[in-house]
Amino acid sequence: MAEAVQKPNPTEEMIATLEMPSAGWSVAARQNALTRLRATGLPQRRDEYWKYTRPDTLIQPVAEPAAVFENDEAQLFDDVDRLKIVFVDGTFDADASDDLALDGITIDRLEQTDADLHWARDLYGTLEQNGQTPVARPLAALNTAFASDGVLIHVTSTPSKPVSIIYRHASTTSDAILHHFVKVDSGAELTLLENGPAAARLNKVMEIDVADDAAFHHVRAQGRDHERRAATHIFARLGARSLFKSFTVTVNGVMTRNDCIIELTGDDASAHVAGACVGDGAFHHDDTVFVTHDAVNCESRQVFKKVLRNGATGVFQGKILVKAGAQKTDGYQISQSLLLDEDSQFLAKPELEIYADDVACSHGSTSGAIDEEALFYLRARGVSKNEATDLLTLSFLAEAVEEIAQESLRDQINGRLASWLGRRSD
Amino acid sequence: MLSIKNLHVKLEDEDKQILKGVNLEVEAGKVHAIMGPNGSGKSTLSYVLSGKGGYEVTDGTAKLEGVDLLDMEPEERAAAGLFLAFQYPVEIPGVGNMTFLRTAVNAQRKARGEEEMSASEFLKVVRAKAKDLQIDAEMLKRPVNMGFSGGEKKRNEILQMAMLEPKMCILDETDSGLDVDAMKLVADGVNALRSEGRGFLVITHYQRLLDHIKPDVVHIMSDGRIIKSGGPELALDVEHNGYADIKAEVA
Repeated sequence: MAEAVQKPNPTEEMIATLEMPSAGWSVAARQNALTRLRATGLPQRRDEYWKYTRPDTLIQPVAEPAAVFENDEAQLFDDVDRLKIVFVDGTFDADASDDLALDGITIDRLEQTDADLHWARDLYGTLEQNGQTPVARPLAALNTAFASDGVLIHVTSTPSKPVSIIYRHASTTSDAILHHFVKVDSGAELTLLENGPAAARLNKVMEIDVADDAAFHHVRAQGRDHERRAATHIFARLGARSLFKSFTVTVNGVMTRNDCIIELTGDDASAHVAGACVGDGAFHHDDTVFVTHDAVNCESRQVFKKVLRNGATGVFQGKILVKAGAQKTDGYQISQSLLLDEDSQFLAKPELEIYADDVACSHGSTSGAIDEEALFYLRARGVSKNEATDLLTLSFLAEAVEEIAQESLRDQINGRLASWLGRRSD
Repeated sequence: MLSIKNLHVKLEDEDKQILKGVNLEVEAGKVHAIMGPNGSGKSTLSYVLSGKGGYEVTDGTAKLEGVDLLDMEPEERAAAGLFLAFQYPVEIPGVGNMTFLRTAVNAQRKARGEEEMSASEFLKVVRAKAKDLQIDAEMLKRPVNMGFSGGEKKRNEILQMAMLEPKMCILDETDSGLDVDAMKLVADGVNALRSEGRGFLVITHYQRLLDHIKPDVVHIMSDGRIIKSGGPELALDVEHNGYADIKAEVA
């Protein structure tokens, strides 16, 4: 009898290339995550939430190489007074980083495994694990198991300036796995900035625990390297009366999958997640958002805008789940694309699942071209066709950018978007 | 100033002739009014002159100070000094009115090889002109025409006109949707811009706007042609007797 041919198992092939630290406080959580990863396996095309995005290049054992994008523009957030934490190809760069010390917060690195009684010991991986149901997120489990480094930020009171994580990309073959945990104590507030391409391939998880009356502001700019790939997850848990705001701008990148999983567990909390992306050519960008309302009188907002040209693809999968008892929920979701030509496409799957009877939830999704009436109006006032198109494109993205609370950061993001628009390939 | 000769225009996508030989000369310093029933081609004329897509010029010419308008892009026509006050000003979410005004002013200056207006100079000028039109700071800050009432939109058109200082102004049914007070305010704004070097073409259904913006010449348009021209009294004639009599008389 012929022996059955052993089919290659992509999950085991990937695991075989990775190394888990053998000691330290995080080992138990990592082992747990590995068990969970083996149970679900890595994402496959047939998985419901991977229909529009091919997982192939994100799960293959060796990352596709990605050229480093050279440009002489000023880096985003350069003129913001901030505490800098720099990773190059996923490796912490102490020389380029500031001292990891700031009044009101403690910052440790995940890689430092010696401090056994670390505050993160009981938290690391817990929000990620919680976010695996009802939809499995195997790349996040893989991350928890094998993350090489990351920062653990404990916010006890409001620091004087934002924390800024900068991801540099230097090696064309780098494959980074980073895992951050942010714990914001009751009444405290943190602004976290992230920018840069990070690596040829990045797998990043950020868990954020926002306590009662706390606030977390997140502004992220994903790197402009055309060939880079990224799969990122945000897992956030919100206490009573807390505020969570996360905004992401994505400019370029051949493959980006951003999952954002938010659970509102305390009454009167607010979660706002927004994204503005502009893609050109071989650009695939997927925002997958899952907001769970599990408390009374909470508000959530998802605002995603994508500008696509020259055959770029945008995906939005957004869900609002209102659990039984989560009365007075106010949920809003909008995803829109501006298609600058007929080769580009936008795929959207908005979902509402509601088990409470006193809620207000709305969702909408549109795809459209530049408004010709508005274009003519601007041109009739003397504005050139290109400039008018750019102005209307920025105006299309504005609703998402407006989600950033701080005006100075909004201006920086708008500047970045305008500069992308100015770089016309045609 | 504006010289239109034998202008024939059809819809681009349809075999439908809209303008069938329009002849019109608007001199600098003069106000011409075009009146006519719905569908006579008044608005089409304004769109074709300002360069809106969807129309095909099959014959004739339109020149501004001797320069052919019809070959130019809309923005080039604007830089050459043509201005259209829209019947339905477009709402543009996300673009601040002030940003829009400044972009337009500087784009035209740049196109004409002039220096851009500094932010502070621009602010000073725009505030003064806005005040005359009772446009407050809030309206200047809001996105272009968003949430503006009919009257506010039309005042905003006149503010753009005042800022851009065109040579030739076309007002397309600027009185539509305005109450008497709003019309007076808009008319005052237009009258303040009347000058020896500037021509006006006022398109309207009704005579009442012409009580406030007194025309030098009135034209009656019907079925794609100007069928009768005369002095201001022609507008009153229309008001009393309608277009039917004139059409009958010409036919």
